[in-house]
Amino acid sequence: MPDRITAQKITVHCEINGVRTQLEGFPMARLLDVLRELPGLTGTKEGCGEGECGACAIEIDGQLVNSCLVPVLHAEGTRIRTIEGMANGETLHAVQQALLKYGGTQCGICTPGMILAASNLLGRNPRPSEVEIREGLAGNLCRCTGYTKIIESVLEACRNTRSLSDSRVSEPSR
Amino acid sequence: MSHPVIGTSVPRKEGRDKVLGRAKYVDDLRFPAMIYGVTVRSNIPRGRISGIHFGDGIPWEEFTIVTAKDILGKNCIALLTEDQPCLAEEMINHPEEAVVLLAHADKYLLEEARRAVRIDTEPLPAVLTIAESMAGAEIIWGADNVFKSYRVEKGDVDAVWGAAAFVVEGEYQTGAQEQLYIEPQGMIAQASADHGVTVWGSLQCPYYVHKALVRLFGLPRDRIRVVQTETGGGFGGKEEYPSMLAGHAALLAWKCGKPVKMIYDRAEDMVATTKRHPSRTVHRTALDRDGKLLAMEIDFTIDGGAYLTLSPVVLSRGTIHAAGPYRCENVRIVSRAVATNVPPHGAFRGFGAPQSVFALERHLDRAAAVVGLTPEELRRRNFIEMGQTLAVHQVVREDVKMAQLMDRAFECSDYHAKRQRFQKQNPGSTIQRGIGFASFLHGAGFTGSGEEYLASEAAVEAAEDGRLRIWAGSTEMGQGTNTVFTQIAADALGLDCDQIEVMQPDTDTVPNSGPTVASRTTMIVGKLVESAALSVQKLLYDRGYLQPGFSAKEFAVACREYIGRFGSLRSMAKYQHPSDLHWDDTRYQGDAYGAYAWAVYVAEVAVDTRTAEVRVTDFVAVQEVGKVINPILAAGQIEGGVAQGIGFALYENVVWREGRMINGQMTNYIMPTSMDTPPIRVFFEENPYSRGPAGAKGIGELPLDGTAPAIANAISNATGVDIRSVPITPEVLLELLEPGACLIE
Repeated sequence: MPDRITAQKITVHCEINGVRTQLEGFPMARLLDVLRELPGLTGTKEGCGEGECGACAIEIDGQLVNSCLVPVLHAEGTRIRTIEGMANGETLHAVQQALLKYGGTQCGICTPGMILAASNLLGRNPRPSEVEIREGLAGNLCRCTGYTKIIESVLEACRNTRSLSDSRVSEPSR
Repeated sequence: MSHPVIGTSVPRKEGRDKVLGRAKYVDDLRFPAMIYGVTVRSNIPRGRISGIHFGDGIPWEEFTIVTAKDILGKNCIALLTEDQPCLAEEMINHPEEAVVLLAHADKYLLEEARRAVRIDTEPLPAVLTIAESMAGAEIIWGADNVFKSYRVEKGDVDAVWGAAAFVVEGEYQTGAQEQLYIEPQGMIAQASADHGVTVWGSLQCPYYVHKALVRLFGLPRDRIRVVQTETGGGFGGKEEYPSMLAGHAALLAWKCGKPVKMIYDRAEDMVATTKRHPSRTVHRTALDRDGKLLAMEIDFTIDGGAYLTLSPVVLSRGTIHAAGPYRCENVRIVSRAVATNVPPHGAFRGFGAPQSVFALERHLDRAAAVVGLTPEELRRRNFIEMGQTLAVHQVVREDVKMAQLMDRAFECSDYHAKRQRFQKQNPGSTIQRGIGFASFLHGAGFTGSGEEYLASEAAVEAAEDGRLRIWAGSTEMGQGTNTVFTQIAADALGLDCDQIEVMQPDTDTVPNSGPTVASRTTMIVGKLVESAALSVQKLLYDRGYLQPGFSAKEFAVACREYIGRFGSLRSMAKYQHPSDLHWDDTRYQGDAYGAYAWAVYVAEVAVDTRTAEVRVTDFVAVQEVGKVINPILAAGQIEGGVAQGIGFALYENVVWREGRMINGQMTNYIMPTSMDTPPIRVFFEENPYSRGPAGAKGIGELPLDGTAPAIANAISNATGVDIRSVPITPEVLLELLEPGACLIE
């Protein structure tokens, strides 16, 4: 917790979902909180606040991180992607489309982090096996699905991506 | 008319908003001038409050501070009774009792302030376990620490023991389990003398919260409004506790005149809110030479925690499910829910049944071994069939085929071949494999006369453009209410799903459809939605605005004309209890449920004998649930429930110290990850239920009942050890594999 008497708020320059942005906050404020304060960016969720559940997952410079563990000062000069940056306008990302179609989202609270983790995995490994998907999503807890339909959805997303050669997934994630 | 959509996997109604991150959960809402609230809790399991001390260094004049003295109505969380205070005033009955509420605009300062409040107490001896509660050295509730007890009698068990070829006895236990929805509990309240009280929150049962707030504030019903926001999982955990949190947020909001948001962090959510009731079951069973059940005597006890909450109802379901889907002419079930000085235990998917079903299904595997039969042959000889009576004297009117379900489950899991193969391969291996199963039933809807008492309502309203709006108090929390209601209404009138809108539950606008619990939403409320939709159609037919075989366009024209003439087109359906369902509350006999789901689950495990770790390597779930409305959503319910059952069986261990959960973090309370769950293979048999919408029955809770005993039976099959309790952590299993190897508290 920042010392509220002596700590000064800082300004951090970064790019969020392709838009250059200035963030303000105490240096050690959680990036999760600072992002969620911004208009229209409440899609990143808090499930545990200690890096265990992955609901707050975002990408920083292409790396998947839990934003509850990242102080805002680390965002300086970075490119950040959140769930709000996954779709192309109203066109869903292949992972979003698959989760919707194959039952990979239920209550939806883990879904943003799950989509970031799955997309990040596919950026590194466009053709993962089921076991590799399970490993890739092991940091994202879901209490509703038992994971079966999430795994199926990601496998389907790969298939669709290959057949449609969707560049949004097969390119590196930023 | 469009194609039927029931039986097809139409996409989740609100799914697009969820995958886009646009769905608005309570913590995503922000109101002008909104400030934040926190709770200061007791720190001993039992005692008397002697003072509240506000420490130095905090600008207390900036804070809104609420104690029990600020409560306008009665200081209680009204539910079945009014024994639980909203804020403790004199007595502390568990270690997480809310005593003081604080609100401030600065979250960081608020946290400092919380730590600066000291509650002075004079401790009293605490009762922390079922055994201590029943010993009665300290009386902490009523005359004898017993919240509720039941007695089910069928035939005459006492006449059987002497003549039985075999009598098998055993004691079984299950631990507490945290619901662990990924969205923690949260609430926003706005309240004033002028405008009454409004709360927005993550909750399952808007009208439970409404009832509690009416009592807490002493206001007329129309001065209280409860709105459900998108809810990130409930599983029973958001059935009762939101009434408490809504009360707290509303008391702060009333006092400070500003909107107040309270969001629990994970630790507070885990330690302070309800969990599954720990249980102890003792079985004594008489069998004849052929393995037929002659008598079942079952003693079932659950730990209710400090206040009554829903424990009598949890106990009821656990009691009724304790004898399973078997025929037996002589049954006695005696049960009780007892008080302890731990936070109240509450609703969790399955609601008492997972506890008593675990005991029964482990016990029958043990009984089979005593008789000299395989576990499947013992079940096969005792499965209930249509026309026979369950323990509570209910004549089964469904054409239940448990043996067929079992055959299919064995075929899908390759049960027989694997059982043989593992027996050959296991000797000498450090990995011991096993396969086991459980067969069980789960009643849908409220027990006995519960649905009659609820008298639920749902409404359907047509708009001028032919769209239909569904007004119901049933909540979507991930299980699929919005989508299932949409499919039911669409098919009732032959419309497309995108013509149907499910309205946000808001007690100012939706009727009371009863709580979203008890596997009742599709079967009971879905039927009301179907009836109301058909009534809308009938109104149009009767007035001559519409003819059968209409198109969507004709329907829209008819709606416009009707509304132009009569002002609105709306129909409300109210639950009518079938006249042939009878329940006797005093003798605890009769038609406990209108319908049951029936199931056989098979688990395959690999036990590493070096580490005593268990992996579930395959899981097959076969069930008959009536007509399946949406195959993907239905399978999703089963898969998710099985995963929670895997957690209940193997990982989820609440560690208690002086009545407090001391592992209230996701790092040390372990739920299954994607690496801990096998592919869960789900199969449905469909036997339409005449009173369900399109033939559907309830399914939500079913998977919790059979998963843990199937896994426990598989572990016993793999290792030969006699599992008597869950969770089966490595520490527990190692002690069974090598007695004395592991020191357990």
